[in-house]
Amino acid sequence: MSAALAPRDRLRLLGLLTPAYLWLTVAIFLPLSAMLFFSLLSDVPFGDAPWHVTADNYLAFFQTTTYAKLLWKSIKLGLMVTLACVLVGYPCAYVLAKTIRGRAREALFLLVILPFWSNSLVRIFSWAIVLRGNGVLEVGLNAILPFEVDVNLMFSTPAIVIGLVHSYLPYVILTSYLALQAIDDSLIDAARSMGAGKLTILRRIVLPLSLPGLVAGAVLVFVPVVGSFMEPRILGGRVGTYYGTVIEDQFVAVFNWPLGAALSFILLAVVLLILAVTSPVLRRAQA
Amino acid sequence: MTRTMFHATAMALAVAGSTAGADEIRVLNWQGYGTDADWAVAAFTQATGHTVVHEYFNSEQEMLTKLRTNPGAYDVVLINAAFTPQAQAEGLIGPIDTAKIANLADVPADLTGNADLNAGGALHGVPWTWGLTSFAVNTTAFDTLPTSIEVFWDPAHAGKVSIRDDALEAIQFAAIATGQDINDIADLDAVRDKLAALMPQIRTYWGSENDWNQFMAAGDLDVATFWSGSASRSMESGLPVQFIVPEEGAIGWLDGLSIPASSTRTDAAHAFIDWMIDPEFYVRWAAEGAPASANAKAAAALPEDAFNKRVLGDPEVVARVQFQRPVPDETREAYLALWQELKAAQ
Repeated sequence: MSAALAPRDRLRLLGLLTPAYLWLTVAIFLPLSAMLFFSLLSDVPFGDAPWHVTADNYLAFFQTTTYAKLLWKSIKLGLMVTLACVLVGYPCAYVLAKTIRGRAREALFLLVILPFWSNSLVRIFSWAIVLRGNGVLEVGLNAILPFEVDVNLMFSTPAIVIGLVHSYLPYVILTSYLALQAIDDSLIDAARSMGAGKLTILRRIVLPLSLPGLVAGAVLVFVPVVGSFMEPRILGGRVGTYYGTVIEDQFVAVFNWPLGAALSFILLAVVLLILAVTSPVLRRAQA
Repeated sequence: MTRTMFHATAMALAVAGSTAGADEIRVLNWQGYGTDADWAVAAFTQATGHTVVHEYFNSEQEMLTKLRTNPGAYDVVLINAAFTPQAQAEGLIGPIDTAKIANLADVPADLTGNADLNAGGALHGVPWTWGLTSFAVNTTAFDTLPTSIEVFWDPAHAGKVSIRDDALEAIQFAAIATGQDINDIADLDAVRDKLAALMPQIRTYWGSENDWNQFMAAGDLDVATFWSGSASRSMESGLPVQFIVPEEGAIGWLDGLSIPASSTRTDAAHAFIDWMIDPEFYVRWAAEGAPASANAKAAAALPEDAFNKRVLGDPEVVARVQFQRPVPDETREAYLALWQELKAAQ
């Protein structure tokens, strides 16, 4: 197709694409290459410390069961959070796209995007205040309920899931909303006129047509959650050790950048593998 | 008239001359750790004319890396005695000219003679402060204060216990609980078992002094490992906590001030270190919450009820302390692997 383009069009195309690709090269490709290089070194190449190229950092992953165990734990966390985001976010997106109109929709949208406007660390610390024993949640519930409840979710896996779902829910809502809105209402009307029930419409029309948006949202949630480290560390307490926190430790606490970088690339590889395996399945479901 | 003019000019010249001899020294330290107190820096500048600029590190490894990568950038650096031999062996720090530090005469010989600070056969770090890593309890949770480290394993405090998320500290803590030498742990399996038994008791790990204070204030914890200097600050701020040195012993550390081999302003650096171990500086710092001073005269100048005199001034307590020696890289890595394995099993 590009062969058919006139030289002037080609120039214009180049002008439009160059800034983005230049930015990608500088902001993503270069640092990532530097990290890839680091991951193959025996020591951080600062100062006079001797170093050589080695695969030891990658082998370290297989020498103990610790890393594999934590990676599996992180993947499970990613699945849990993604599922929760989909279950909460998709119906919300449906209502926003198909039921509510006008000013109310704008106001609700604002509420959805609101978490993005605050710093993620602030969000997590405010959750810590809410979830803590004798915290806002417990005091609030006891003020309303006629019986005493003991809510102390802080430093547990549910606390981590709650914090992460709150942080990443908007992705699922936004991507699903765009896909749902693109569905022509007359399609749904036609199905209804032919006697299709609500569930059938959802299963045969709405879900398949909005699946690309839903999947995009799920991927946007799953990938960062698998590597998350701040939320588990702050909200998880004793159970908050995940693959991401171990990588963070390598960079921050023990200053072993090569191992941290190698662990990161293993994570990247595993995530890519998961996406590669699941994408044909999803494409078939869509067809 | 002309005479007065001449005098004024001469004086102005003299003043200009003295400021021209004033240096700007760069200090590398943990943030908020004594050297960067505004009043201390101001007093030093007023007394000597030298100005002080600070840079900070977040781990000993980072400190060493900064020294390696920025030769000439620093004039005074805080190095924990367990790291002084490594810094000396790498040629990062130079020997101290003891003649230039008058207050050194008041530092007891067992500290100035510390084997690690005297790496390479000469004093490479001026003993500055020392302290303990032991634990503190929430006094509202105890009728009688515990005297044994076994309180961490007491089922009565299950889910109300915390230790710091640090491999070396966790393993040395368990070494003390199993009656071993922290610098030469013979039975690492006993340490592993002891820590594995501790894990279910733990509510969360703490990372910083700020974390610790928050968890204690919120009532999340009954007992948690803590540093003596931080404990004195927490008690000072009104938290109902008490620092305990159990009968099993405690981990001791010693911090020294060193001068990088690449420093070009060594006179000013020596003068700053001299001020840092001055009793006048220490008494004021201790009032804000400081670790114990290496200077005996400074320690003696504290009021009777001061934490560092009451708790750390007791020779019986000091006798129970095991001071940290350098840890070889392989040992450190083995400890880290063990600690990560224990954490991952949760």
